Amino acid sequence: MLDTLTAETLARMQFAFTVSFHIIFPAFSIGLASYLAVLNAQWLRTRDRTYLQLFDYWKKIFAVAFGMGVVSGIVMSYQFGTNWSVFSDRAGPVIGPLMAYEVLSAFFLEAGFLGIMLFGRDKVGEKLHMFATAMVAFGTLLSATWILSVNSWMQTPAGYSINQAGQFVPENWWEIVFNPSFPYRLLHMVLAAYLTTALVVGGAAGWHMLRGRVTAASRKMFSMALWMVVIVAPLQIVAGDIHGLNTLEHQPAKVMAMEGHYESHPDGAPLILFGIPDPENKEIDYALEIPKLSSFILKHHWDAPMAGLDTIPDDEEPPVGIVFWSFRVMVALGFAMLGLGAWSLWRRWRGGLYDSRWLQRAAVAMGPAGFVAVLAGWVTTEVGRQPFTVYGLMRTSESLAPVEAPAVATSLLVFIVVYFFIFGAGTFYILRLMTKAPGDTGPDPTTEGPLRTSGITPAAQVDPDVVPGN
Amino acid sequence: MFDLATIWAGIIAFAVLTYVILDGFDLGVGILFPFARDENERDVMMNSVAPVWDGNETWLVMGGGGLFAVFPLAYAVVMPALYMPIILMLLALVFRGVAFEYRWRTTRWRRVWDAAFIGGSTLAAFTQGIALGALVQGIEVADRAYAGGSWDWLTPFSLLTGMALVVGYALLGATWLIMKTEGNLQSAMRRRAGPLAMGTLGLIGLVSLLTPFQDPVYFDRWFRFPAAFYSALVPVMLFVAAMYLFRGLATNGDHAPFLASLALFVVSFVGIGISFYPMMVPPALTIEQAAAPDSSLAFALVGTVVLVPMILGYTAYAYWVFRGKVDPDAGYH
Repeated sequence: MLDTLTAETLARMQFAFTVSFHIIFPAFSIGLASYLAVLNAQWLRTRDRTYLQLFDYWKKIFAVAFGMGVVSGIVMSYQFGTNWSVFSDRAGPVIGPLMAYEVLSAFFLEAGFLGIMLFGRDKVGEKLHMFATAMVAFGTLLSATWILSVNSWMQTPAGYSINQAGQFVPENWWEIVFNPSFPYRLLHMVLAAYLTTALVVGGAAGWHMLRGRVTAASRKMFSMALWMVVIVAPLQIVAGDIHGLNTLEHQPAKVMAMEGHYESHPDGAPLILFGIPDPENKEIDYALEIPKLSSFILKHHWDAPMAGLDTIPDDEEPPVGIVFWSFRVMVALGFAMLGLGAWSLWRRWRGGLYDSRWLQRAAVAMGPAGFVAVLAGWVTTEVGRQPFTVYGLMRTSESLAPVEAPAVATSLLVFIVVYFFIFGAGTFYILRLMTKAPGDTGPDPTTEGPLRTSGITPAAQVDPDVVPGN
Repeated sequence: MFDLATIWAGIIAFAVLTYVILDGFDLGVGILFPFARDENERDVMMNSVAPVWDGNETWLVMGGGGLFAVFPLAYAVVMPALYMPIILMLLALVFRGVAFEYRWRTTRWRRVWDAAFIGGSTLAAFTQGIALGALVQGIEVADRAYAGGSWDWLTPFSLLTGMALVVGYALLGATWLIMKTEGNLQSAMRRRAGPLAMGTLGLIGLVSLLTPFQDPVYFDRWFRFPAAFYSALVPVMLFVAAMYLFRGLATNGDHAPFLASLALFVVSFVGIGISFYPMMVPPALTIEQAAAPDSSLAFALVGTVVLVPMILGYTAYAYWVFRGKVDPDAGYH
């Protein structure tokens, strides 16, 4: 067992671990930044204090999540060099400038206006505060754009040549930035971030309503979040499907692993719903499958021939088991989200959106589903492009830095301990902030903090809309 | 002389310097945190940097990301060479970064996050100093990769530069707090700033004396013509800045000590620049050798020329919004 823990394996484990932790925070803060901008705009437009209450409520949660995203992101920007220096040397000329643009156009924008958004409403006035809030939201979207361009270039490289030192040299920046998989991946990820946030907001609202706190604020959250799910969940399924077709065109081996197609199917491939991949014998055991449906989904023709992993050399085959499962987890959760949206629409139509305790329970249960789906989706696309870092051109094994296994093992262990400690505490604080009802300015200093003294009037505590018991 | 690679070396140097002086003072506030006398003083200290620390730390990402973008070979060589100090620095920044939010979210664990803030700030400063020292000593390169061992960075010289940065950042922090606070905290910081200034100057002197012994080439660079002209200016300007600093402390100036401390850092940084030029990674990689192809440099430069002035503009605006003394009652959370 220990013999297999080479520096490469350890470095891959470290990257997978740190990037998985990291993606959770942007997935949440991209959506939440936009939500805060909408809440603030609604407050300015309607002067309904509920929106201001909600803004202040989610603002604190955003601050904690954003802080965790920043510090785990700094780790990522240096890890390319510490653990994957050969990759950095060779791919740096292409992806480095894109990451520099991310820092220049997005990170500084977010950081520069974050302070004003969090602490500056009274200092700069409502209009500039709104502008700062919008800039933070815009910054999170720009950041996603650049980093997904980088990731997409590694999946579907374009617009480059290779020089004598083995470096990728940029030839056409338009082709590099707008590489073939980029638009699909960007759309899929931004929608995922919005869905994730909507589910968290809906879950928090549902939780408060189950506790009898059916206030104006919790109803507003519940309704806004579920509208978002209704609109975005179906869009996301369509976007995911188009993204999949793009993957089939550029990275067919990944789709074969997702589908579990070890064998080629010359006259129509089945859609394998469930089964247990057996990498030894290259087959799916106990497969539950629908004949020819995979061909229909991917080629829009029942009898279209589909190549399987038997057409891919063994040393270019991605790990099927992981990709097969993570893909199914993502898809199942996506359809569960669609179901939640449909259910809420039906309750809305029947005129009782806020009365169904089962709908509230479902919203709470689905609260974390977005995070799981995002992680599962990233596992699918990242493990599915193995064994390459730059698809088809540079192998993961060629990308490693000249570091020794004990050094990587030590830092990996320290990262694991520190991250669980730090982000465990952060998650606990976020959950505790969520358990406090919006607008409730109770005596607990840990959920309030001193800002309240300069901002909200105590009148907001008395909420006439509280329905006791229910 | 002014080819793309040289321009970029200047931009990266600018980003690193900006990082050092900006995050320098907020790390310094963390280093001085144990000297606060009560909870209220700690609140004020942290609130003095809470709205700006995140922007300050972004310059570190700019330094790393910029190096990756335009000098990928330097990035690929330096990061593995400084593996342990870099990883330790990142972890330290994690601890002190989350402390800004976490300490307001708990009462029982506040001590824990205070300790994380102190330890993280101090360790980040120390490892950054170590990284600088290790760079000055030189990094072994063979075949486009780091060729040394895991522990090459650890020498008495790098420990000394680590110490120097901790003391120097503490000076920046103390003078920042003189500018941003009033009353007892301010006078306490005034008392601390004097010894910290002496310590910083002493360590700058010691590091400067020892630098030529790391590699004799540094000696030549300082005393050959025309660099000798600039090298002669460095000690003179250090002296002027030090005088301005001590006079500011003696006359109870609010802004002068901080500005003078910034000047000390800028001048020292110029001194390091003289030692390095035209090397990117001493002793093996020049700026020219480490640079990415021109198409990368040009593409990144276009955005930099447009965006960096904008960044400086709105960063200055954010500082201006939160100007003046920190209100000990309002807080920022």
